[in-house]
Amino acid sequence: MKEPPKYLHTEAPEGYQAPGLFATVLDTVVGLARKNSIWPLPFATSCCGIEFMATMGAHYDLGRFGAERLSLSPRQADLLMVMGTIAKKMTPVVRQVYEQMAEPRWVLAVGACASSGGIFDTYSVLQGIDRIVPVDVYVPGCPPRPEQIIDGFLKIQELVGHESIRRRNSPEYRQLMDQYGLMKE
Amino acid sequence: MENKHITERLRSRFQDDIVEYQVSDELPEYIVTAPVIHDVITFLKEEPDLGFTFLTDLCGIHYPDRGLALGVVYHLHNLAARKRVRVKTFISVSKPHLPTITDLFSAADWMERETFDFYGIVFDGHPNLKRILNVEYMDYFPLRKEYPLEDMTREDKDDRYFGR
Repeated sequence: MKEPPKYLHTEAPEGYQAPGLFATVLDTVVGLARKNSIWPLPFATSCCGIEFMATMGAHYDLGRFGAERLSLSPRQADLLMVMGTIAKKMTPVVRQVYEQMAEPRWVLAVGACASSGGIFDTYSVLQGIDRIVPVDVYVPGCPPRPEQIIDGFLKIQELVGHESIRRRNSPEYRQLMDQYGLMKE
Repeated sequence: MENKHITERLRSRFQDDIVEYQVSDELPEYIVTAPVIHDVITFLKEEPDLGFTFLTDLCGIHYPDRGLALGVVYHLHNLAARKRVRVKTFISVSKPHLPTITDLFSAADWMERETFDFYGIVFDGHPNLKRILNVEYMDYFPLRKEYPLEDMTREDKDDRYFGR
């Protein structure tokens, strides 16, 4: 029989096994659950968004990685996918969307524009969304092919799977948020 | 309607305030002095034999290397006679004020806001003169030829790699 593709099954984390018993670290179980059930919020503003439509479509099918359900409400989303040019006038919107997302949250910058402003080195375009929100993974390309977007998504899954459940309470994380002026209390 | 007729009517009414007349791209073009611009537009719109009742466009221009610095171009259209006309006026960068024509054409409202947004030309009497396309906190007028087009807040682009 042919070996099924690797993405179709998930390896159990390291742990101690006995009949009727499996002991492991909570972090890894939570990470496993999170990484295989990411709800992305597609923030698509231009041509990268068109590539994302293909990524979400039947041919590439992002649903294979547990991201079947897109969340158009930021409150239920885990991953903000910014795909396309962000004009400076759009920045408060991106920021507000990010602020509305519940922790833990991740950000994927898809394409040259979201990552660095791309060819739009001009007064009206934000030179990369990392100027307003912290970004976890950057996908290069103008626009990137669906394979590249999926590759970026797999990198996000890696980060999600290995993240400590205490990270969001750490002073380092707090510092990162403060750097962006987020999470004011 | 002949160009000659328009020119004669304007010259007889405004004399030397019509600084220049030429035909470019089949459009008659008049450069007029700034103080009479509102009167010229009113004249072109309201004289029955001229009847330029449609404002096609209004925009700014900037020629820093000419004596004429900041300018505004008005495109008017007589729909019945299928005649177009272009009117230009120039003002100094140090005192960029012109009267608004929103009292004549409501369409001028957003066009004047755009011109203000990109060139900093203040239209006196405009009901709501604020930025329309750029972010509100922008503190310069980006289409004036005094500023580089690139985003000036960027520090990660090394000019050597871009041939600059």
